[in-house]
Amino acid sequence: MTAPLVEMIGMHKHFGAIRAVDDVSCELRPGEVVGLLGHNGAGKTTLIKMLAGVYPHDGGTIKVRGNPVKLASPRDAQLVGIETIYQHLALADNLDAAGNLFLGRELRTRWGTLDTHRMAHEASKIIRRINPNFTQTHLPVRALSGGQRQTVAIARALYFDARILIMDEPTAALGPGETRMVKQIITGLKQEGIGIFLVSHEMRDVFDVCDRLVVMKNGKLVGTVRISDVTEEDVLGMIILGKRPGRAEPSPPG
Amino acid sequence: MVSMLLALLAIWIALEVLTHGLFLSPRNLYNLSIQTSAIAVISCGMVFVIVARQIDLSVGSLLAFTGMLTAYAQVKWLDTTPAGWQLSIAIGLAAGIAVGLFQGWWIAYRGIPALVVTLAGLLIYRGAAFLVAKGETIAPLDETYQKLGGGATGSLGVAASWAVGGLACAWLAWQVWSTRRERAKYTHDQGPAWLDVVKVVVGVAAILGFVAVMASYPNRTELDADGEPTGMGIGIPVLILIVVVVVLTFLAHRTRFGRYVFAYGGNPESAMLAGINTRWLVVKIFVMMGILSTIAAVITTARLNAGANSIGQLAELYAISAAVIGGTSLAGGVGSVPGAVIGALVIQSLDNGMVLLDVSSAERQVLIGLVLIAAVWFDVVYTRRQTR
Repeated sequence: MTAPLVEMIGMHKHFGAIRAVDDVSCELRPGEVVGLLGHNGAGKTTLIKMLAGVYPHDGGTIKVRGNPVKLASPRDAQLVGIETIYQHLALADNLDAAGNLFLGRELRTRWGTLDTHRMAHEASKIIRRINPNFTQTHLPVRALSGGQRQTVAIARALYFDARILIMDEPTAALGPGETRMVKQIITGLKQEGIGIFLVSHEMRDVFDVCDRLVVMKNGKLVGTVRISDVTEEDVLGMIILGKRPGRAEPSPPG
Repeated sequence: MVSMLLALLAIWIALEVLTHGLFLSPRNLYNLSIQTSAIAVISCGMVFVIVARQIDLSVGSLLAFTGMLTAYAQVKWLDTTPAGWQLSIAIGLAAGIAVGLFQGWWIAYRGIPALVVTLAGLLIYRGAAFLVAKGETIAPLDETYQKLGGGATGSLGVAASWAVGGLACAWLAWQVWSTRRERAKYTHDQGPAWLDVVKVVVGVAAILGFVAVMASYPNRTELDADGEPTGMGIGIPVLILIVVVVVLTFLAHRTRFGRYVFAYGGNPESAMLAGINTRWLVVKIFVMMGILSTIAAVITTARLNAGANSIGQLAELYAISAAVIGGTSLAGGVGSVPGAVIGALVIQSLDNGMVLLDVSSAERQVLIGLVLIAAVWFDVVYTRRQTR
């Protein structure tokens, strides 16, 4: 078995008195897609934001390729190869595809000014690789469709050679055709050995692309299961009741 | 942008008719260009502030404070020092930068809304301007310094003005041409060539026309060999404005700073998630405003030949209005530096034209206020159309 890309061990995060993430551990291996599931408020987003460098963690250890890392900012996470695609896409609507793709990591000329021409060229190259039908790379992204915007967000992660990809609800805003496209992209990335954390509510998508599932409830880890060992029923049970499949039913309240 | 230019043209024609040819006389256009410069310098910076979803209400008071400080330092401390007026400007700039750091820190690192911090600043720096010289007016100022205000001796002269005009024409043509060439590399959607030709022709005509008018305004302090007055040429404040516009346009389009300002205005969260240090970015914007306020203060005090604590009143509102009239969206993320200059020109033209028509200052304020509402209404309608 290959060594894990990411290990999160005993992660804690609280906001005031609320324990958003309470002693959660999980790992991700190269070429693996791990689904993160749970109700709203279960702590999935908080967990991935700790890995993305957005929230500092209050307890626990994050290891990348076996080395403990400190992720104090999104830039720190980018530097160890972690790229994140956020639920609301996190694109600046007024910039074009290249502007968004290179945001924070602009290509520059030897005088230190923005190399807009090279960025436009590189952006359209990688975008066409992902989505050949998408040629309007010079428009502000507010003028683009959901699928095209998602393409820009994915292209951003790929261009910078992500080894670890976090996708937060990547299909939430998409139609069926676009969803299929995103799933194809995920499968392709898997074959390249990239590890992916996928946060999703769509049970179908989860069963289509994930290898393992991490289920959370009220900030706690319910369990980690292999997708081949469970049914949709089992997973729903874990999400709603917080019980692992195969265990005895919890005694009814009262 | 084109609609703003047409509006400006309409205003000019109307005022020219109403004033029976006074408005477009060389003398008045020279004055108008000088009056516009100080406000336009600030409004160019205000574009960055508003694009980044901030506001700065303190610039008028800050102008008074740094202007007073510059004048006071020049007259009381440095009057016998070599390079005294240059040093006094450096002191003013240092104060402007310090104020920018102070305001930016409260806004970015302490989470106080810019509206509150700069509203407080509007009081603080106006009071500080009074305290610098206990309310006295400081005059007269250094003679070389006075040139920076565009007074009787404060212009480039005819030959240098034509040189500047020629450079501006060449730059315009090169801009249009290089944009076309660059666009050709990755899109076939070029737009008609005649439109670009028209752009260059109109631009060149405007630049040369401006220089010709400025050169025809007689300078009675400098006579030629025949004892006739020479032409004034472009005022030094206008030259300062041109430099500010070129630098800020470059910052906006060619540097990471400008790119981040627009990205932050478009989506603050995405800028943060992309790893941009958005707090420091906001501080830098306010430091830039401190510098520009000081430049405007230098122009204003040099023109008055005095430091007075009442200068720059309502400058913040004129600067914001100019930026908004020039197409900067109060929702953030959209704005243009040249647009702000046109906006400043619209406001100053109205103000100047109404002075020629003997409209009282109270009535002028009413009208300019109404123009601002109309401009923001335009912005609201535009934004609604964009998001529909």
